[in-house]
Amino acid sequence: MSLMSLTAVELGKKIRAKEVSVAEATQAALDAIAAKESSINSFVTVDAKGALERAAKIQAGIDDGSLTSPLAGVPVAIKDNMCTKGMLTTCSSKILGNFIPTYTSEAVVNLEKAGAVILGKTNMDEFAMGSTTETSAYGPTKNPWNTEHVPGGSSGGSCAAVAAEECPYALGSDTGGSIRQPSSFCGVTGIKPTYGTVSRYGLIAYGSSLDQIGPVAKDVTDCATVLETIASHDKKDSTSVKRDSYDFTSALKDDVKGMKIGIPRDYFGDGLDAEVRDAVMAAAKELEKKGAIVEEFDLSLVEYAIPAYYVIACAEASSNLARFDGVKYGYRTEEFNGLHNMYKKSRSEGFGTEVKRRIMLGSFVLSSGYYDAYYLKALRTKALIKQAFDKAFEKYDVILGPAAPTTAPRIGDSLSDPIKMYLGDIYTISVNLAGLPGISLPCGTDSKGLPIGLQLIGNCFEEKKIIRAAYAFEQTRDYVHSPMAD
Amino acid sequence: MANIISDETIEYVGILAKLELDEQEKERAKKDIGEMLDYIDKLNELDTSNVEPMSHVFPVKNVFREDVVENEDGRSQTLANAPECKEDSFVVPKTI
Repeated sequence: MSLMSLTAVELGKKIRAKEVSVAEATQAALDAIAAKESSINSFVTVDAKGALERAAKIQAGIDDGSLTSPLAGVPVAIKDNMCTKGMLTTCSSKILGNFIPTYTSEAVVNLEKAGAVILGKTNMDEFAMGSTTETSAYGPTKNPWNTEHVPGGSSGGSCAAVAAEECPYALGSDTGGSIRQPSSFCGVTGIKPTYGTVSRYGLIAYGSSLDQIGPVAKDVTDCATVLETIASHDKKDSTSVKRDSYDFTSALKDDVKGMKIGIPRDYFGDGLDAEVRDAVMAAAKELEKKGAIVEEFDLSLVEYAIPAYYVIACAEASSNLARFDGVKYGYRTEEFNGLHNMYKKSRSEGFGTEVKRRIMLGSFVLSSGYYDAYYLKALRTKALIKQAFDKAFEKYDVILGPAAPTTAPRIGDSLSDPIKMYLGDIYTISVNLAGLPGISLPCGTDSKGLPIGLQLIGNCFEEKKIIRAAYAFEQTRDYVHSPMAD
Repeated sequence: MANIISDETIEYVGILAKLELDEQEKERAKKDIGEMLDYIDKLNELDTSNVEPMSHVFPVKNVFREDVVENEDGRSQTLANAPECKEDSFVVPKTI
């Protein structure tokens, strides 16, 4: 059995008990990456030399007692939209193909303080715009369960790397489902925290009012442990929220007695694959057997979340991506005629099709004459969606449903029809609009052998409730390693 | 398709977005944006006349701090990322 088949917390224990050295753990990850990358392509950058150097320093910190975190010495992969000082950060885009950040994102700084060993940067949809990791300028990532299928996205590299056991855990980011949907497709566990819980400082922005960084790992214990490590109030992020508590691991209890769980009927309508539905309903039954009170209800407004999301996310993206102009960093076109032509050519050559599509749509909905009809309308819809969740959380502790309507599609099937691809995010997107925490964890496989994800949604700042429900459900089944695991 | 995007609109959006599209990309963008807007028009089914637009889910305020330099001098690394620099400046095409 490889060290990489352990969870992060299990590996951390062995490291602190001196059964395994940090260098051994790091080398095991690098060996797994070297063996599997040609078939998975979950990394854009692997920093083998830097990782082994950091491993030696961290070992010294563990030995002298200064590093005591459960994650000390455990290797980790970081989604390539988080800045890492001195390490290439591309956002899987040609426009940032040579960008070396001069600072490190706060979430990664928090991991480094805990003694994490950064292995490298994971592949993603370009600028996190996509649901399949096929829009990466560095080639698609493959699903470790079946390499003819996509891993989901946009954090497809992070989720595939964990499922293929190239690393014990990874960081992802979630703007409309980009942690939960690929976690579902890859059979791993991922949390999108309440907006403002993890600092966005150093996260290359897509939709700033929706973006959140979160953990991807093999189980709920790892996710809670990583979240506890990366969450912090950060004055460098003006939307960072000062929470009363950053404790998440005390919620790891196999106890859902009396917990009220609501199942939105609107999540089980047209478009939901029957095998996904059955697996998710079976998971609800398991929680009911453990004493949870499970009932169905009407959430309402579900079909309006995707159009509202695309207006808001694209509007914010069109503004956020204005900074890529070929002046201070990134790609600059070779031949141009004056400043404006240089901007236009650099951006047109540097961005991929999906990114350009979203920037154009965003520019349009913000333009004079359309702003009220599209942008403000979407923000009003967002307010209604938030109200619908507020009402639901008056009655329920946790909302339970699928993470995605299907299991992982085949490579190439989604990109031809953008709206069809966008519909794949129907169960995850409203959670971002309302700023809520959500977790996706495996709850079975379909007849093709592809994983199915269960999603649990909590009210703002109530991560502990979804962690507790997820942990209780997790105790009813064993973790299933992907065929790419050793 | 209810939303017909004209050549002029695509030109205008290209100016706003600072993107230069070739003819084929323009046709594709017209079709894609038109279809997306048709889909987004679904929002008009909702009566939002008495609903305030919500930009953030939590009340956000400006966060102020003392203007004290905390980061190190990263001038050389910052300039190293520039496509073109000269001495301590970024080089851009002549603008006037």
